[in-house]
Amino acid sequence: MSMSNLLAFTPWPPLSALILLVLLVTALYLARGTAHQAIHALFEALSRGFRLASYAVGNGEARLAARNREVLLAAGREAKERLVEREFVRVGDTVRKDLASYPDMQRRLSEAIVRIEEDQQKAVDVPPEAPGWAQAVEVVANIDSRNAGGVDILSDIHKSMVKAHAEAMEGYRKASSERHALLRRMMPDWRMIQDTLGRVNKSVTSVLERAVAIDRHMEEYGAIVRGEDRAVTVLSSSSVVYFFVSALVLAVATAGAAINFTLIARPMAEMVGGTSFIGAFRTADIAALVIIMVEVSMGLFLMESLRITRLFPVIGALSDKMRVRMMLVTFVILLLMASIEAGLAYMREVLLQDELATSSVLRGDAVAVVNQHLWITTAAQMGMGFILPFALVFVAIPLETFVHSLRTVMGLLAIGLLRILALLLRVLGNGSRHLGTLMQQFYDLLLFVPLWIETRMALAAAEEAAADAAEARAHRVDVESWQRQEAQS
Amino acid sequence: MTKRTLAMFAAALALGACGSSAPHNTGVYLLVDTSGTYNRQVSKAEQIIRFALSRLQPADSIAVARIDSGSFTEKNIIAKATFDDRPSAANQQKRAFASRVEKFIDESTPAPYTDITGGLLQALEFLKEKDTGRKEILIFSDMKEELAKGYVRADLPLDFKGVDVVALNVTKLRTDNFDPREYLSRLDAWRAKVEQGGGHWRVINDLDRLDGLL
Repeated sequence: MSMSNLLAFTPWPPLSALILLVLLVTALYLARGTAHQAIHALFEALSRGFRLASYAVGNGEARLAARNREVLLAAGREAKERLVEREFVRVGDTVRKDLASYPDMQRRLSEAIVRIEEDQQKAVDVPPEAPGWAQAVEVVANIDSRNAGGVDILSDIHKSMVKAHAEAMEGYRKASSERHALLRRMMPDWRMIQDTLGRVNKSVTSVLERAVAIDRHMEEYGAIVRGEDRAVTVLSSSSVVYFFVSALVLAVATAGAAINFTLIARPMAEMVGGTSFIGAFRTADIAALVIIMVEVSMGLFLMESLRITRLFPVIGALSDKMRVRMMLVTFVILLLMASIEAGLAYMREVLLQDELATSSVLRGDAVAVVNQHLWITTAAQMGMGFILPFALVFVAIPLETFVHSLRTVMGLLAIGLLRILALLLRVLGNGSRHLGTLMQQFYDLLLFVPLWIETRMALAAAEEAAADAAEARAHRVDVESWQRQEAQS
Repeated sequence: MTKRTLAMFAAALALGACGSSAPHNTGVYLLVDTSGTYNRQVSKAEQIIRFALSRLQPADSIAVARIDSGSFTEKNIIAKATFDDRPSAANQQKRAFASRVEKFIDESTPAPYTDITGGLLQALEFLKEKDTGRKEILIFSDMKEELAKGYVRADLPLDFKGVDVVALNVTKLRTDNFDPREYLSRLDAWRAKVEQGGGHWRVINDLDRLDGLL
């Protein structure tokens, strides 16, 4: 029904419109109470729904945060255990290295000390014998000089004394020389003792330093085990840093893999054909990609066998003998792959030259220019083909860090998203309630005329009621006063 | 468990095989007009052939045939090859092909009549047989058909579905200069014939701008 038809029930459309408007307003006024209830119910339901959803999302966020915290603490605990274990291994190595030679060192030290003691005993300075002649000389000196026989005696005594002195001096010199020789012989022993004790000191200092590091790690480990907030914060920020750093390194490694792919994709066409496709991709490209992926996998296994990474617990749990075998096998496969890649890189250069020659022939060029330094690029390509597989082995380290930190970072992101969602839902819930009130006001806005009349009527009715009440009160007062007068009379 | 794994592997292979069923290679058939005065233009055809060879990939097919009095015959094919899927072998084939074409260009003699329709029919047969993913017929001609007595080429059902037909170096004849409508109507007639057969028609006269070709 069009508007013109609607307004055609009277000859005058404005009159029809006015009648319709009056009818509509009347209908809306009559339905006002029900409409208000409906609006209120609708928006209240919406508000409750949003608040409930916000509450549910908040709960989910709390559960996720708790789980993330557990994951973070578990990862931190594991990392710390590894660190402490490694420190203990280092301490063990130091102690084993020094203690293994300790009996030998002790024996050598004891021997050196015994030798020094013996030499020291031998080197005791023996004072020269006191001349037994001194008293005799004094007596002889007191003899009267006129006695000529005394002069001869003195002369003989002098001679004997000079001779005895010379012999004593000779003996003393000889003894001193022997003592000096003994002392000289003690020098190497002293040096040996000094060196040995220096080494022991160094080892002890190293062990003490390791002990300090272990103490620090154990303190942090304790904080993690107790689940302290500080430890969680530190682990969380560390995870984010590790995530970005490992992502950066992985991006670099991906670029390396892309170069590797470029090196071998073209010559792979010679092996598997250049025209077969698997889906939308050339088989040669897929084959090149598979080779690179196999190299990366071998690198992962090698790193696992070396216990540098711990992505596969099965490999870590293998016996040492088996691990060494696995290490050798993966290394040999990698070596073969690298050799194959070097060969393919050489083949690539040959193919390029062939294509250039063909293009030259097809262009009609008389003589193709031969680059004298072509061997440099060929050698560089071969070198890259050989080295890149080994370089890709180290992808395992950032990959492990990336995988481990990814869980935490994803958890943090999910928590952030859930928090925003919960906030949004809460805002929507509150907004819905206010919107309901606003809609009621808008509804009343359409009915401002009857509502104004209603208000006026209500006011008039209230005034009339007040007047009636006042009159009734006055009447009651009159009656009460009359009754009192009657009672008094 | 093993059976299940094998079944999954077979399914993956089948999926891969399904994906690779559509051929990705290109088939090119080049018709070189050797009739009358156009034979002098043949040396330019060598440029086109070399260009086509440089653009073709391993496993692509190419054939060069001449248009003369009766072109619907295998004898008119000067050289044809389907390149090996190994790039090095394909390069050798390209060089050998180029030398065969060079020999033909040197020894080409003018023909009295021009059987373009017969050549097109032969080209369609060749491309249909090769079943390449992309099919191109390159016609190096002035597109003026002149049939010898006894040759019937009218109302032949030419199926150009999925075939790109490119007319190259369509030179103007002396009569075209008098009345250009003749030239235009000749090209329109060929366009109509190709498009009615379900093909796609193009004309390239500037041989220095062959980038859009192949």
